[in-house]
Amino acid sequence: MELQAVLMAAGGGSRMPDLTYNTPKPMLPVGNKPLMWYPLNLLERVGFEEVIVITTKEVHKMMSTDPKMKDVKMKLDVVCIQEDGDMGTADALRHIQQKIKTDVLVVSCDLITDVALHEVVDLFRAHNATLAMLMSKAHEFTDTVPGQKGKKKTAEQRDFVGVDQSGKRLLFMANEADLEDGLSIRKSIMRKHPRMHIKTGLEDAHLYCLKKAVVDFLADNKSISSIRGELVPYLVRKQFSKTTNSPKIKDDAEDQNQKTIDELLISSRDEPLLQLAQERSCWNDHRGDMSEAYHGGKLRCYVHIIDQGLCYRVNTLAAYIEANRLAPKLFEEPAVHPSAVISERCQMGSDSIIGALCQVADKTSIKRSTIGNSTTVKEKVKVTNSIIMHGVTIEEGCNIQGCVICSNAVIGRGADLKYCLVGSGQQIEPEGEGHYHKHTKNIVRFIPLIFFLLTAIVNTNDLLTLSY
Amino acid sequence: TKEEKQRLRKEKKHQKKIKEKKDDKEEKPVGAASQPPTQPSQKGDLAPAPAPVPVPASETPALADKPAKSKADLKAERRARQESERASKQGKKGDVGQPVPTSKPKAPPSELQPVVKRLPEHVQVDNPDVLKKLAKKLERQQIPLRSDYGYKVSLFSHLHQYSRKAPLTQQLGIPSTVIHPAIVRLGLQYSQGIVAGSNARSVALLHAFKQVIRDYTTPPNEELSRDLVNKLKPYISFLNQCRPLSASMGNAIKYIKKEISNIPSQCKEEEAKSKLLSCIECYINEKIILAAKAIAKYSIEKISDGDVILVYGCSSLVNHILCEAFEKKRKFRVIVVDSRPRLEGREALRRLVQRGISCTYVLISAVSYILPEVSKVFLGAHALLANGYVMSRVGTSQIALVAKAFNVPVLVCCETYKFCERVQTDSFVSNELDDPDELIVTRKGKTQLEHWQEVPSLGLLNLVYDVTPPDFVDLVITDLGMIPCTSVPVVLRVKNVDQ
Repeated sequence: MELQAVLMAAGGGSRMPDLTYNTPKPMLPVGNKPLMWYPLNLLERVGFEEVIVITTKEVHKMMSTDPKMKDVKMKLDVVCIQEDGDMGTADALRHIQQKIKTDVLVVSCDLITDVALHEVVDLFRAHNATLAMLMSKAHEFTDTVPGQKGKKKTAEQRDFVGVDQSGKRLLFMANEADLEDGLSIRKSIMRKHPRMHIKTGLEDAHLYCLKKAVVDFLADNKSISSIRGELVPYLVRKQFSKTTNSPKIKDDAEDQNQKTIDELLISSRDEPLLQLAQERSCWNDHRGDMSEAYHGGKLRCYVHIIDQGLCYRVNTLAAYIEANRLAPKLFEEPAVHPSAVISERCQMGSDSIIGALCQVADKTSIKRSTIGNSTTVKEKVKVTNSIIMHGVTIEEGCNIQGCVICSNAVIGRGADLKYCLVGSGQQIEPEGEGHYHKHTKNIVRFIPLIFFLLTAIVNTNDLLTLSY
Repeated sequence: TKEEKQRLRKEKKHQKKIKEKKDDKEEKPVGAASQPPTQPSQKGDLAPAPAPVPVPASETPALADKPAKSKADLKAERRARQESERASKQGKKGDVGQPVPTSKPKAPPSELQPVVKRLPEHVQVDNPDVLKKLAKKLERQQIPLRSDYGYKVSLFSHLHQYSRKAPLTQQLGIPSTVIHPAIVRLGLQYSQGIVAGSNARSVALLHAFKQVIRDYTTPPNEELSRDLVNKLKPYISFLNQCRPLSASMGNAIKYIKKEISNIPSQCKEEEAKSKLLSCIECYINEKIILAAKAIAKYSIEKISDGDVILVYGCSSLVNHILCEAFEKKRKFRVIVVDSRPRLEGREALRRLVQRGISCTYVLISAVSYILPEVSKVFLGAHALLANGYVMSRVGTSQIALVAKAFNVPVLVCCETYKFCERVQTDSFVSNELDDPDELIVTRKGKTQLEHWQEVPSLGLLNLVYDVTPPDFVDLVITDLGMIPCTSVPVVLRVKNVDQ
């Protein structure tokens, strides 16, 4: 066995609480398929036969009932963990350490991509790397996000990623949040790699190939709890640390009794033969100094950066909407589910998707939208650019534009919603109007919205609906 | 001898039998020529020809095509013959010593004559039938076929030309189940050039085989000696697709196959595996490490103080010799000659300068300028052919030629495990074509040859090996001693007697 796949599906979706209020993030519908179906499909296409899925009990229950999940032919080994959110991704890996027998490929449940996975794994194989990860050029989401008036410039913490000249070897990784005054690069790195390209416009796809020694190392070092936040920067830093000087304790206080990652890596069999082969080979990964290939370092981190093609992490509302628009293009599936009942006089654009068991009545117009399973759309409804999840009822005469309507909501007759976000199970009054609103149960959220309301054009009806 | 003649007669009868069987069954005509190679190979180590060994790799799956009845028959026949031959071998070793070596070279040519058209080293990419057979064989072994890339110069259209940007792993599933992960890693390293150089490739291959043997378990109702060899065949095809096998790798594979098939059937699995692992260790130690020491010892006698030594490219053996000579306090300086597109001389330069040897670096275009200063030329070899020709990195024959013109002695250093029974007098018949895009260079942001594929009259040729005639080589330093180039067949014969 070469690689074992691990899918991390216990994340909370902390950046889109309105959507994940009722539905956990891994089961959010994107193009009428649950979000975690996409990475599973990627693994299946590439040839994996078994995946270890780390998730919560709630998601596990929903997984077993979802019809799309039954399409997944791989054997899913589900490990349930507590929902309290204290467990980081590295903690989860530590939890399943007994199951890990070989190198591991960790995928996050919110990754939608069509990347050729062999590029990442080839880096991992060819250079005998400790870590190989995938990054993509960050996308600018241009569509208006429902629930937000105007373009909110989120001060997202940037990632600084340093790669060498070939663009493959990962030399430096830091998040803006961790850097106080400025970016400082150690001399040892500069001595070995005098030319470094530092990129800031990259987004981490949270897809990692890790050696088994890393999982063993995690079992010993309980202080590391997140792969992305702590383990990856640690490994990248450790590439250049002197292995002989153990008293040099930098940031993490390492217990002297714990095995360092170097010791774990070196304790592989046939090391002398590999050394011999490397010595006799006339290949070097860098030029210009007197050191051998890889500067004699055993710990190597590689990154594959894609600039074309689809690679999204669905962790914000904007990403979710963008993904809904683009995900259907990944697969050659009929836009309209065969079990949906659609009347003839309905105008449906080619970009739209209708889910199973839907009922769409006459004189409706559905353009660039996704309609979930078991939704009912009555007459004279105009749905544009929206995402409608499962079990929603839209009464006659509604005009829905650029909205996200969560499961089991009811939109009353004649409602006019523009760029709104309707939470699960909500009811919009007939003749209700909303512009850039979020209709959710959380009243506290409305306090900042009141300022938006003052500037927006509001009908008296609005104030009534807001009281819900 | 009588025994040889009897054996020949038996085989001819067997050939006729199989031909009849085949005509009856209306099979895909494998050809009578394919039958003889199966027999010498199954004899094991008596037949010295390397050619038949890879051919059975294609033949045994071909035989697997036949309906089960004849396959079982053939298998039984083959096994019976093998047992009888093994018994006769034991007897033979007792009495006849001398006549056997002299008769052996006579026997194989007669068996090989019908096979001469289909020697596997003679790759025939422009022959669609051969390509079809290769595709079928790979399909049976569940290995993806790597497609050729780009326009091939007509003189070399019979060779494969692959692109580095299209690795074979694209078509493999990611947790590779058909091919052992160590072999996939090795194939990737070969195709990307991370493991390059004859010795390095052999050592890496044997290391990967060690891992394969460790992870191997004998399936029930199978013998380790037969099953393991069959398991290795798809791996070897895979590695061949990633990068054509070198002569040293071929010899190493032959040795391992021989060792595996010589394991007695009553041996327990653990014992057999540990025996094989120790054999591999032994082979590497003897043929590579100790051979390098021996060659260094001989070469140091040839290096005198005040010498100016010219080396070409990066040969691990020549670098080792020079470093050893420097340790022994010989005073010399080195001129490293390098050539595009690989520019391997930079690595040789780094290793020599790191030790403290004073070096000069030139490109091959300056070799006639620098030769008046040179007192000796040391060259490494990829393989030594049976007619005394030296197969080495492209550019070596040019250096040997110019050195001959300047009357500078040319010494080739080569371990005996790189000696191969092939015969070649030119660099066209059998060579390796590397990715033509490697020749493209970007200077100051401009890539002139970027769209070379669109120019109809332009072809890029990136040759890897060339062949140097023995007239230009003054001495070959091997672990058996210092021999002239024409003595290579003698060494081969001696090696076969030992085996």
